[in-house]
Amino acid sequence: MLRTSAVRVENLTKRFGDVVAVDGISFELPRGACIGLLGGNGAGKTTTIQMILGLLLPNSGTVEVFGEDVVRHRERVLPRLNFSSPYVELPHRLTIAENLCIYAELYEVTDPKARIAEIAAALDLERMMDREAGRLSAGQKTRVGLAKAMLNAPELLLLDEPTASLDPDTADRIRAHLAHYRDETGGTILLASHNMAEVERLCDQVMMMRAGKIVDRGAPTDLIARHGRANLEEVFLDLVRGTDADATGLDGEAAQ
Amino acid sequence: MSEIAAPERPPVKPHFSRRRVLAMVMRYWYLLRGSWPRIVELMYWPTIQMIMWGFITLHLRENSSWVADASGVLLSGVLLWDILFRGQLGYTLPFLEELYSRNLGQLFVSPLRPIEMVAALMLTSFLRTLIGIVPPTLLAIPLFAWNLFDIGLPLIAFFANLLIMGWAVGMLVTGLLLRVGLGGESLAWFLIFLLIPVSAVYYPVDVLPVWLQTIAFALPPVYVFEGMRAVLFDGTFRWDLFAGALGLNIVYLSIGAGIFLHQFRIARLRGTLLQSGE
Repeated sequence: MLRTSAVRVENLTKRFGDVVAVDGISFELPRGACIGLLGGNGAGKTTTIQMILGLLLPNSGTVEVFGEDVVRHRERVLPRLNFSSPYVELPHRLTIAENLCIYAELYEVTDPKARIAEIAAALDLERMMDREAGRLSAGQKTRVGLAKAMLNAPELLLLDEPTASLDPDTADRIRAHLAHYRDETGGTILLASHNMAEVERLCDQVMMMRAGKIVDRGAPTDLIARHGRANLEEVFLDLVRGTDADATGLDGEAAQ
Repeated sequence: MSEIAAPERPPVKPHFSRRRVLAMVMRYWYLLRGSWPRIVELMYWPTIQMIMWGFITLHLRENSSWVADASGVLLSGVLLWDILFRGQLGYTLPFLEELYSRNLGQLFVSPLRPIEMVAALMLTSFLRTLIGIVPPTLLAIPLFAWNLFDIGLPLIAFFANLLIMGWAVGMLVTGLLLRVGLGGESLAWFLIFLLIPVSAVYYPVDVLPVWLQTIAFALPPVYVFEGMRAVLFDGTFRWDLFAGALGLNIVYLSIGAGIFLHQFRIARLRGTLLQSGE
């Protein structure tokens, strides 16, 4: 039986007035892959993620998640995915336990108490479960956001800078958890990040965006070799500044 | 830190979920129980209103034959109006909380459907209205020897119609909030007061000029307050007024829901769900 991709995006375009935020991009995320979505500020990463989540409607093009059209059937796919961003917060006046309890119910998690306890232990949140979300440090909020994103054991996890504001030790542990989670569950991860070391460690493939277009893609080692650079950060700087003549502009091909 | 394993996965249920509705009601209950001033605030203004109108009634009963004929007419009016007002606030304020906490994006990335959010807000509004209205209603019994529950079963009809109208206005306000963001916050407090002059809360509708009566009869509250006076003065429940209020409420509730869902779609087009907030 043919296995569908986790995400399939075709000719996706989003305009805000005269500004083209996403410009006819196409890509496919194989199930079980971890794909990095890189680009400078305003490159179109968050807009792309929002369209995959169904929070934003495209002007043209299609987004399919697990074979379902997100625009028409987002309610079928939302239980199977989740999202975390340090820039989207949880209700400040509720405790972490209350927040996680509510989201566990929204995702109709089987045995929510056990699941929350498991995740709280995994992300070292047990001692702060009774604290209000608004009283947490930025790093703690990021971990709570990740805990929320893990509640439904998502088959597709969209992460926007998952280790922003974390100290190196905690960030490293989070990366290890994400890698383990993917190995254990076969889940697909789409990771938007500015941390190139993180991307090199976690991602099989990388898509580079600039001005709403995907300007290059490939495995991190392949990109580094192809551009003749020492690391992914140098490749990133070349591509986002538009100084690299090798930017392939591969829109339309699958990122496989 | 330990590792996170994959739990047993429940089947995908793309249907209206009571569990998600109750989860949202629980979210608003957690918010309320965590702050006693919020609970007190729910009862505070209805109680102050009741006391003030109670004393006005005591005074007018000696000086106005209309009030003397049915001494509870003003107090009934003020408490029934508060059902409409609190019903609308009870729907709108929890939604504003989502904007304050920038939580709409998180919510609508979850399987929560807009119609489930609407149902949760309606249920929350019902609970908040009960918390706000029941204490002053009970307090009026010893203070003014007046019992709203003496209206009997028609009180349920009045309560339901006013609450539904409150929800309809709440849907309109939340739709506008989706459109304009927190800049429209004050709509939650003042929009409904447009209705009060033409709702005939404290006076019969025939006091209004004829052209204004036409507008009044296009709105459900006037049927409720006329019905209330029919019970208090004549001891009769006017089914025609009840049917008029109910019919119009169905229309306004449909319009309110339509506006909210339309604005939700516009928010998805404009990408404002993730950015909504302070």
